[in-house]
Order: sequence, then structure tokens, then C-alpha cells
Amino acid sequence: MLIFEISAKGRRNHLQAPRNAPEANDIPAHLLRHKAPLFPEVSELQVVRHYTQLSRKNFSIDTQFYPLGSCTMKYNPRGVHQLASLEGFLQHHPLTPASHSQGYLQSAYELQQILSHITGLSAVSLTPMAGAQGEFAGVAMIRAYHLSRGDTARTEFLVPDAAHGTNPATAVMCGFRIKEIPTDKHGDVDLDALRAAVGPHTAGIMLTNPSTLGVFERRISDIAKIIHEAGGLLYYDGANLNAILGKCRPGDMGFDVMHINLHKTFATPHGGGGPGSGPVAANERLKPFLPTPTVGYDGKRYRWLTEKDCPQSIGRLSAFMGNAGIILRANIYARLLGREGLCRVSEYATLNANYLMARLQQAGFTLAFPDRRASHEFIITFKKEAKTLGVSAKDIAKRLLDYGVHAPTTYFPLLVPECFLIEPTETESKEELDNFVNILITILQEAHDSPDLVKQAPHLLPVRRLDDLKAARELDLTWRE
Amino acid sequence: MPFIPHTEDDVKAMLNTIGVNSTDDLFDEIPSGLRIRNLDALDSGLNEMAMGRDMKERAERDGGLACFLGAGAYEHHIPAAVWQITGRGEFLTAYTPYQAEASQGTLQLLYEYQTMMAHLMGLEVSNASLYDGASALAEAVLMAVRANTAAKEPRILIAGNLHPHYRQTIEALVRPQGIQLETLPYNDKTGCLEAQFPKIENGDIVAVVIAQPNFFGGIEEVDAITDWAHQHQALVIAVVNPIAMALLKEPGAWGQRGADIVCGEGQPLGIPLASGGPYFGFLCTKMEYVRQMPGRLIGRTVDQEGKPGFSLTLQAREQHIRRAKATSNICTNQGLAVTAATIYMSLLGASGLSDVAKASHANSKALCTSLTAIPGISLRFNSPYFHEFVIECPCTADALILALLKKNILAGLDLSVLSPELDHCLLICVTETKTADDINAYVQALEHALQHIATTVED
Repeated sequence: MLIFEISAKGRRNHLQAPRNAPEANDIPAHLLRHKAPLFPEVSELQVVRHYTQLSRKNFSIDTQFYPLGSCTMKYNPRGVHQLASLEGFLQHHPLTPASHSQGYLQSAYELQQILSHITGLSAVSLTPMAGAQGEFAGVAMIRAYHLSRGDTARTEFLVPDAAHGTNPATAVMCGFRIKEIPTDKHGDVDLDALRAAVGPHTAGIMLTNPSTLGVFERRISDIAKIIHEAGGLLYYDGANLNAILGKCRPGDMGFDVMHINLHKTFATPHGGGGPGSGPVAANERLKPFLPTPTVGYDGKRYRWLTEKDCPQSIGRLSAFMGNAGIILRANIYARLLGREGLCRVSEYATLNANYLMARLQQAGFTLAFPDRRASHEFIITFKKEAKTLGVSAKDIAKRLLDYGVHAPTTYFPLLVPECFLIEPTETESKEELDNFVNILITILQEAHDSPDLVKQAPHLLPVRRLDDLKAARELDLTWRE
Repeated sequence: MPFIPHTEDDVKAMLNTIGVNSTDDLFDEIPSGLRIRNLDALDSGLNEMAMGRDMKERAERDGGLACFLGAGAYEHHIPAAVWQITGRGEFLTAYTPYQAEASQGTLQLLYEYQTMMAHLMGLEVSNASLYDGASALAEAVLMAVRANTAAKEPRILIAGNLHPHYRQTIEALVRPQGIQLETLPYNDKTGCLEAQFPKIENGDIVAVVIAQPNFFGGIEEVDAITDWAHQHQALVIAVVNPIAMALLKEPGAWGQRGADIVCGEGQPLGIPLASGGPYFGFLCTKMEYVRQMPGRLIGRTVDQEGKPGFSLTLQAREQHIRRAKATSNICTNQGLAVTAATIYMSLLGASGLSDVAKASHANSKALCTSLTAIPGISLRFNSPYFHEFVIECPCTADALILALLKKNILAGLDLSVLSPELDHCLLICVTETKTADDINAYVQALEHALQHIATTVED
């Protein structure tokens, strides 16, 4: 039932808005609205009940194991959420003078420092509002760097074929052509292909390390050398930073600029698809091009640094200063964990992934890279099952939902057929991982005994499989009376 | 260990299963020259109690001002139920609804959001949101370039009285693609766009960007501008305040054919000011342009038993399918902020939203009338306005802002940020949250400040 279908004409919540507001007689009639928008007319209880019931149709970290690869669905601490929601923070207008913004500015400045240290890069801007905007910032900075040197020939960006879809989409938004670099059979970048691809047109490369294949790119220093010698720069996609916190740093690997997903590594809630936050960190070479505003500190006072302070900046990416509330949360999370806790994140995320990988291998599942160590995530493939039983990765994913587990990422990376990308994160217990293994074993047995049960899944959710074709062909995007 | 559930026995058993001696062995594929052993330059962790004390102290330093500052972020009353429900773990800690069967709550809510937003703007389609108002405008500009196939060159005309931060954001986000951004001038007396439009030929311009209300709070003659743009085969991109649209003519009804793309900042719909985010950007359009739209779209369909359900649709526009050929690199929306906005709009209904708009307008009229009665203070622009207006003062706006801060009043925005000639101009916003007493307190504080500044100058 839609909220519009429980609406009744004339029903109102009189506590929520001022009553008897005077008509705006001074505004000419032809500039006024004459037809009210079609909004529901419902009571407060109806609203509360409707949306509470809707919430119960969601899987979430709070209610289910959520091993979604490359998304780092770790526990989002309640204490962090509560402190970032203090009244003083919520009522603070973004354009308040710095004298009355020191609490927020201090928190943002501290996070800049923490991220700089963790990444091994010298400066940070917190303004990008999501990972994809962080990517945009980084690639736009590389573009601005080349142009500032009068080097206008660098029109190509290199992207490995295993990369997130945002990588090529971002480079195109920044005006570049894409060259795809293949991956070798062990999951590393094909160095010969890379050497053949670089040249005077190379602006840079976008890489994730550990890669989306769930393995560490072992020859990263060679890659950095090849790119830098060709005059290009390296962009690090921070999607998998959770795997290496306190173990190694993108700056040391030779990356010039990167983004960090606070909604992954720093445990801020995903909110059903956002808000995220994608701060960008850069080395000395690219620091002048960071997006504004950033926060400066003179030893006494914190203040905004704007285009006036940073004339070479690529500019502003949002109306104000990015997703400030997410930045506060990341600050609180990082300082709750401290130096010891942040190192433990990667340690236990990696322990959980390798344990789960070992258990699944022992149970007869096929690993995509059996001779490799898992990072914080790994890939299994159902290519064999798809062929022999006619049961696809999608079918198994849907059946997992029936067992109360969110499906791992499916069919990504595109290189591995019928795959699951599985990321358990550090906040899950051994019992939860064992339970997941047992469920997968059960489903595999079902696939042998009664494949239709799996192919028709889910059976126990609010809806069965949806007709996506109909959704796209007979577009119904808004409710009409 | 904070947020890590493992016991020592667990760790031993797990290492044993993997076949290594220590967790350190799990990092043996990282070349040794790249390994670091600690993050000792950082502080040790705090517990929740110590952190609570620290953050409360920071929050108190930033809070407690009576807010008369708008300029793109607006204080409105947020009903208690909005964040009580939005904060439920099932909304807060879910991810993007890729597994539709396990995300029907978020998906249905987004479909309801798309419906309300499209109706509020008088258009056929809304997406499931973008990051914020300014970046939504950048996406609208890129969308217009894709949609307007009649235009010869990617030239965009932008209202000179658009929020300067929006202008800066689109410069940063669309310039790399070779799009030319030109300014449509505003009239110095009215603050609104010049009634004489520049001479352009058919197909010269991709789109015209109009802000309603404009950055000074003024209400534009949108019908005339819209028709002029359409006569020259340019699309119309409207940047609007969603609360104002409960009172002012909706963009779908502008001129003969209505605005083509509408975007803006969704924050006024139940999202706290919170230092500037997270907010959300909205984007609506006509059905004919839906395939050029960036961002997520939710469609209603049926499941294999014919039961209604919801799923992400037209995903072939998006980066995870199309990669380099996608309409945008955007991957997320601002799901949680949209959850709050949907609950806010449901609670208020059309009449409640209209009352908020009318009360905000009436309150700003009341403050403006009192302020302009003070000798030396005048209204800078003589156009009708919504809930923001500009006063010209005998001293710099900055001096007044500092004086009123001492009385815990956030007086407005110093317009010298926009142009040095406007350094005596203060942009003031009043919403429904302010009472007659609040308004009187502002007037008295400003009178007092002017007297004080006058005395200081005479001394």
C-alpha cells in the first residue's frame, strides 16, 4: 500500500506547521501557485506506522549479515551517530563565521590530519560528497596539474579492466579518453600491456589496491615507476582501504592522489544508498589543486581556506563544504579507535576474509584465485554450478536472502564469470561466518537436489523476483491519481 | 577490542583453519619495503564517555545562535517523527537497493519521494536524488547538453543572480567537458533578471539557468524568461527552493511549455543545517528526457506472482553498467536525507507545506518592514521576495554581523562575498521558526549596533 492510498481529503497534522498563516497578497498572482501538489493527507500515526512498516522490509547491517564485497558493510557505531547529532552541531549554519564554528572546524581539521597520516599523503580536502566525487576531484586535479605545466597532450587515462564502473565514468567526465589495461591470470595488472599503453598521451592511471579481485597488487612499485616515467600520475581508488589500514600506505606505493570512502572504512552509515563522503588526499605535487574549502589552523584558531588561499584549486564541488555530518562521524569513529584500533581494523577484516575463504574452499566451493591470499575480500565462482546444474550466481544470491543473509556482490568484477565478491568486515564474529558457510553448503545441496527451489528464490521475502523488463518497458516512476 | 568480537580462542582456531601462525602472515603479499608497523603518530583511542564529553563541549561552542542566515541553507521546524523514523537501523544501515527483494522498504519510499517531488515541481519525473543542490545543477547542465540536440555548441546562459557557490560548483564540475558558461545579467535596481533579453539566434544556446527565488530572495518573472528561451530552442533549467514551490508557481507551469529540468537543494524539507550536509539535491524533468537523466530511478513493477513491487530501473544509463558511456559517474544518492524529506512531506501535506511557506514569507515581511523603518537602512532591491531580502546599511555588513553575534544573533550574509560593491549589503532570511519576539530582538539589536557604530565613528 502506498502512502497516497491511505490518504483522506482534509486530514492534517496541525502540530507540524504554523496555522492560519496570512496570504501572500504582495506577490503578483501570476507568480503564485494555483494548484496544490498531490501530497498524501495522513495523520502522524499513519505516517509513523507506514514508514516503520516499510523499514521492516529492508535488510540492513543492524538486522542481517551483509557481506557485500567492495562495500565494507561494517557495524555503524551508535555512539558515533548520537554524538554527531548533538543539537549544537545540527543547528549550526554552514556560513556561520569561523569564530562560532570552532567546534566543527577543529573536528574537520583533525580528520584531515588523521587521513593524511593513514594515507601517507601530505594534504586532504574533505569536500567530495561521495567516492565518485572524490574520484572526480582526483582526476580533475591530475588534469589541472598537466595543464598548469602547459602539457596539453595528455588526453588518455588508463583504467584496469577490473576497475569499478565509476573509474572510467569519472575519467570521461573529466574530459579524458579511456584505455583499458588487462589483468593477468593471477589477478595482477598485466605489466607488458601497461608498458605498451603508456606514452606522451598518458595523463594517469586509476587503480584500486588491493584490487577489486580481492588481492594485493604486488608489483605496484613497478607500475608507479612505469607511469611516472611516462609523465603520468597515479590515482588510488580508496574503496578497499579497510584492507590495509596501518599496514601500508598509498603514498608510499607511489600514488599521487586518492579518495577515501568514509562510509566504508570509517563506518559511517550507508543510509540506503547515501550519504557517503569521499575526501581526497594528495602529495606535495598535487596539493595546490585540492578542491576548496579546506580547514587551516594557525596554532590558535581554525579557519576555512578558500579559493583566495588556494588559487590553483580545481574549485568547489558543493554548495557548502561537503557532507559535514559524515565528516564529524568519521572523526569520532577514528578517535574512538585511536592508533591501536585503526590498525586492528585491517587485521581482523583480513583474518575474517581469509578464514571464510579457507572454510569455503574446504567445503568445495571454487575460488577465483586459489593461490592468492585474500585481502579483506575474495571471490568465489559458480561457473561450474551454472553449467552442470543450471543454477546461477544470481539464483544462489536470491536464495541466501531466504536464509536471512544479504547476498554478496554478484557479477562484479566483470572478469570472473558467475561470481560472488565476499567481504565479511572485521565486526562480524566467527559464529556469523560459520553460519554463512553452513547456509551456502545447504544451498549448494538444494541446487543439486531441487534446483527449482533455488532458481525460483526468494520465497520468503515481501516480494518474489521482480519483473525488471516490465519496469524498464512500462516506466512507472510516479504515482498518479 | 572496539567493535571487534573475536576472542583469543576464535583467533587461534581461525588462524589454524587458514594454516598460518599469526595475523601478520596474512599480509605477506605486501612487499616488505611498503609495510608499516603502526600508526603511532595518532593518539590512543578514547572511550565513549570521554568522547561524549569532548564532543558536547565542541557542539556547545558552535550552537546557541538565533539564525537569520539563509543563502542556500534554511532553518525550518523539523517534526519529531522525521528523524525518529529515519534513524531506524533498517533505513540507516542498509545499502543501495541492488537486491530489490531485500530492499522493498527503501525502494517504495524512494518511489513515494519521486512522486511527491515530481508533483511539487509540476513535472512528470524525479530521480531518487543527487548529492546537493549545487552539484545537482551541474548534473542538470550536463543533462541539458545531452538532451538538446538542436544546439550547435555547448553554451549555457546562467542567471547572474544565482547563488555564487552554485556558479563556482558548476564551473568546477562541467568545465572539463568543454562547456561554455555565460552570464545572464540582473538589474541593479530589482535584483531580478533584466527584462530585456540578450539577442541570440536559434540553436545558439543549450539551456538557460534561472533561480527562483534568486540569490537575493527576489521572485523572477519566470513565464517571460521561459518562453523566450523556448522560442530560441534553448531548454530551461530551474533552480528552485522546494518550500517556496508550495507558494510560488511550480516550474512545470512556467510559460507556455514549462521548465524542462528542475533542480535544487532539498535541505529545507526536514534536513537540519548541520554545517552544510549531508543534504540532498533533487532533479526533475519531463518524460521525454528521462533517458538523459543521471542518478538512480525507481520503477514500480510486479513480481513473478503479479504482486506489485519496486526496483531500480533504466540502469543502462548508469556507471556500473555503462562504465565510460554512462550519463554520470554518480553511484550513490542521498538516501537517508531523502528518507527524512519523504517523511517530512507526508507529515506536512500540501497545506502544511504551504503554511510553512506563507508564514516564512510573512515573518520576513515583518522583519523587513521594521528594519527599513530605521533611519539609514533601506531595502536594496525593489522586487517581490519570498523569505529572504537584502538591506543596505550605513556601515559595512560585516560590522553589523559582528555586533549581532555578541547578542547571539546570526544576522545574515555579508554580500561583499558576491561583489565588493555590495559590502554595505546584508542578506537576511526569516522562516516560520521565528516569533514576533525573535523579530523584535533582531530589530533592537540592530538599532543598538547602529547607534554604537555611529558613536564609535564620531569618536
